This record gives sequence, C-alpha cells and structure tokens, in this order.
Amino acid sequence: MNRKIQQFVFEHKKVVIPIAALIFLGLPFFVTNSYFLHILIMVCIYICLALSLNLVTGYAGQLVLGHAAFYGIGAYAGALLMLKLHVNFFAALLLSAAITGFFGFLLGMPALRLRGDYLAIVTLGFGEIVRLVFVNWKGLTRGPAGLPGIPSPQIFGFAISGRTEFYYLALILALFTIFFMVKLINSGVGMAMQTVKNDEIAAEAIGIQPRKYKIMAFVISSAFAGMIGCFFASYLSYISPTAFVYNTSMTILTMVVLGGLGSIMGSVLGASILVIVPEMLRFLNDYRMLIFGALMVFMMIFKPEGFWGAGKRRRNIYKINSEVPDHGSNS
Amino acid sequence: MINGITVGGSYALIALGYTMVYGILRIVNFAHGDVFMMGSFFGLFCMQFLGMPYYVAFPIAAIATAIMGIIMERIAYRPIRTADSLTVMISALGVSTFLGNLAMVLWGSGTHAFSGFSGITVSVYKFDNVVLSNIQIGFIVLSVLLMMALYFIVNKTKIGIAMRATSHNIKTAKLMGINTDRIISFTFGIGSALACVAGLLVGIYYDAVYPLIGYSYGLKAFAAAVLGGIGSIPGAMLGGFVMGIVETLGASYISAGYRDAFAFAILIIVLIFRPAGILGKKEIDKV
Repeated sequence: MNRKIQQFVFEHKKVVIPIAALIFLGLPFFVTNSYFLHILIMVCIYICLALSLNLVTGYAGQLVLGHAAFYGIGAYAGALLMLKLHVNFFAALLLSAAITGFFGFLLGMPALRLRGDYLAIVTLGFGEIVRLVFVNWKGLTRGPAGLPGIPSPQIFGFAISGRTEFYYLALILALFTIFFMVKLINSGVGMAMQTVKNDEIAAEAIGIQPRKYKIMAFVISSAFAGMIGCFFASYLSYISPTAFVYNTSMTILTMVVLGGLGSIMGSVLGASILVIVPEMLRFLNDYRMLIFGALMVFMMIFKPEGFWGAGKRRRNIYKINSEVPDHGSNS
Repeated sequence: MINGITVGGSYALIALGYTMVYGILRIVNFAHGDVFMMGSFFGLFCMQFLGMPYYVAFPIAAIATAIMGIIMERIAYRPIRTADSLTVMISALGVSTFLGNLAMVLWGSGTHAFSGFSGITVSVYKFDNVVLSNIQIGFIVLSVLLMMALYFIVNKTKIGIAMRATSHNIKTAKLMGINTDRIISFTFGIGSALACVAGLLVGIYYDAVYPLIGYSYGLKAFAAAVLGGIGSIPGAMLGGFVMGIVETLGASYISAGYRDAFAFAILIIVLIFRPAGILGKKEIDKV
C-alpha cells in the first residue's frame, strides 16, 4: 500500500505539490486555535531538525546522537546576539547558523575520523557537555533559569508576534530547508556523500575524499540545526537548557529513522507524526509515553524501513547477520 | 577517592551489561540504564512491601531483573537481530521509553528513599584521615566479588566458553552446535542481574531512586564501557572505576557543576586518540 502511495505522489507531482502547498498556506484560516498553531509550528521546527540530521545520518551515513547540542548552540547564540548586541532577527538567524556550523566543524574535524558507533558516542558526549555548559555558565546563559525576553523578529518595522505570523515564518524556513536539501542531495556533492555512505573504500578509489564530504555534511547539518534553534528562541522568547537534552537528540533521530533513512519525504512525515501523535495520545495521560515506546518497538519489528523508506533495509532472507562481523572481538 | 571507587564500582557493574551484549551482538542496548533503574525499584519493592531483609531482597530482585532482561531481548531484539544497527537502536530507545514510563506509572515520578526498609544501619570507620562507611565497604566488596564471579564464569565454565565462542563468531558458534539463542538470553540475563545489583547499591548508597535515574547512570556506564574498550570485560571494569574516580576528583577539585562533563570529556579525548578504548582490540576494516 505504501509503495502505491509513493508511486502515486511521484507520478502526480505537479498536482500533489501545489495542493499540499495550498493546504499548508491556508491552514491558519481554518485553524484559529493557538494550541493547534503551536503544534504546527513545532512540526515545522522538527521538520528542519529531522532534515538536517537526515543529511548527515541518512545520506552521509554518519550516526550522530547529539543533534540537540547544535540546536541548542544555535538557540543560545541567536538569543544572546539579539539580547546583548541587539542584532536584527534575520542577521541573528544567519549568524547563529554560521556559529553553529563552526562548532560542527570543530567537533567534526577530529570526530569524523571515527567510525560508526564510536562517532555516535563522541557526539553523544559532546551533547552532554554542551548541555552542562548551558547549565553551568551562569554569567552568559543564566544557567537553569534560562534566558527570558528574547525579542520577536521585525521586518521593516513590522513585528512578527502572533502565532499565525510565526507559523508562516516557520513554514518558510521549513520549505527553504526542504528545497535546499533536495537540491543538495541531487547535486554532485550530495552524490559524493551518498557514495561515501555506501562504501567508503570504493569512494576513495574513485577519487572522492570521504573525510571532506563527511565534514561538509556535518557542518551543513549543524548550521541548519543552529538556524532553526535561533527561530525557536525567538518564537518562544524564552529558552532554558531543558529543551536541548539527550532526549531531544533521540527524538530527532527517531523521526529520521521512523520516517525512513535517506528520504526527504520520510523525514518530513516522521517529524510530523512524532510531534502530532504524542499530542493526540494526551487523553491517555500517564500511559501516553508507555504506549509510544511500545509503538516504536513494534514499528521497528514490522516495518524497519520506516514510513517512506526505500525498502532497501528489508530483512536479510538468509538470516545471516550482516551486523556481526566475522573478525576480532574479545570478552 | 573512596567515593570515586564506590561510584566507579556501580558504573563498572552496569558497563559489564553493555559490553557483554555488544561483544556478542554488536548492538548498543540503550535500554540498559532503565533495566538498572527497574532493578533498583524491584529491590525496593521487595524490601518495602514484602518486608524482606536486604540479603533476601538482593537475589530475588536480581532474578526478577534477569527475567525482565530476557523477556526484553525476546520481544524487542530477537525479531530484528538481522536488521541493521540503527533499527535495533530505535527499538532499544522504544524499550527505554517504555520502561522509564512504566516505572513512572507504577511508582510515580517522585524520589523514593531506601532508608528504613533495607535494614542496614550506617556506621562510619575512621583510619587516620580516611573515612569509610560500612555501606562503602560493602559496595566495593560486593562489586569486586561479582566481577570476579563473572570473570570465572566467562573463562572457566562451559557456558562461558560458549559465550566467548558466540561473541567471536556467531555463525561458526552455531555450526559448532552451540545454541546461540540461549547464550544470548543468558547474556542479557546476567547483564540485567548485574545492573540490578548496581541499582540496589546505588539506591542504598545515595538513599534515593527515581524513574529517571537510569538515564544518567546508563549514559555514564556506557561511556565507561567504551572507555575501557567496548566488548572487553576487563575493559568495562577498568573503565567503570576510571570514570568514577575521574568524575569524583574533577567534581571536588575543579567544579562540582561540571561533574558529568569531566567523564564525557575524558571519553572524547580517549576515543579520538585511541578509538578502540583502553583495553579494546582495534578492528581493521576489510574490503
């Protein structure tokens, strides 16, 4: 059934995309409840985060467990720029993307030499350290109390303050991210990244430097996370370290995998579902996350390729475990 | 320092669970921290509601946790053993969310105290300028004893040999007539039981247990396993103690707020310079 939907969307691209665009543009006219608008804005934010993580994990094949750290760096950088230096929101957006990209570069340079699981652990450790810096550097971040009073964006004297205006801004950022990612992965650079993911040694043999493309993916990914972090800070006008914990990183990763690794549409779907479903399960109160956890397990057992995955990650019919290497180990 | 060794003992016990599972299946069991938390709660339940003395509650809670670990492997990991590691990781995160919230539903999100239920009274001994409490001594002795027992099981018994064979090469082990499914269940059981003991020790030592405790301990114990070289049992023990000592010394001499950051900074530095960990073997990528 899934394949048929994919096929249908692909064949009727010219019809489906404008209709989807119209629905999203028109949503605020039907949805006036500010709680629903808030959820829609969060969907847009998580779409950006999931797409940026998808670039590095889904396309370049590098497992990152500390994506929330970049999100947080961007949020704090943007907030401080706007609060202390009174930088305009849009300049702050670009600057925080640049700053976060730089942090991504600093971490990526040494860390991307490591393979698979070890890279995951280093990024996980980095995420924890960043969070602890947010909590403890009281002079700059005010610690656990957080930063209040972050100004709203201004365009030519017109302040964006209502939920509807913020929704459109979030939508623009999400669409920009989608557009950028689609263009990037279909370009030569994107192809090179996917080659690195599929086989590093083969990539090297045909003249692609794996390290260069891994770092490039990592920096772009962190810059986008930083950009949306800046938007998040301005939207809520208050940030505290609790928003950028390990759990957030895991949620973003879950969105990417649940949606389908290496699929733009998958990340968009994964982000939407993972923001909306827990809200819909609210009537279950305490049992909400319990059921959610169980759903994640069952999803992985019965549909490991995700909602919109390419179906490549099907189970090995010969039951030979490709994840258990034949060599080296001690215990 | 003594504090560091005590805390390190618990990290080492939890890290063993990570490292054994990784050694055999090459997967990171992200739910292990929550198994540790559940173990602690099982023990508390035995002591508080069933009125057991601690020496009865410990083994019963350990067995209960081991059974839980085996069931967890059966439901969440066995069906996807042939899938890639990301799938398994998401499944593990699902289990972790499930267990964390199960504890919240069962026992509430508040902090529970152990004192008054365990039947252990704290007494303090002084040697020159070193202060030791009986809990610390018991903690260290018990964790070292358990590690020695584990070392014996893995190296000397028949099931230990089968475990090592399975971790070396699962396909060949199967061909040699080893029931690898049973070995994997056994590994999860032992790892969970050790985590349970660690959970009880931590609970008694800090006199507190809460549903989210598994998160920070799980993360640090995992870091300890990697520090020592994941997949290596002596490595996990060493990594646990190093982690505990570094973090305690860093917290007392530099800054208490960055307590956890020291552990992770050490981890990152070690990994960048020696990716396989202190006692790990380097794996070579073959074409």
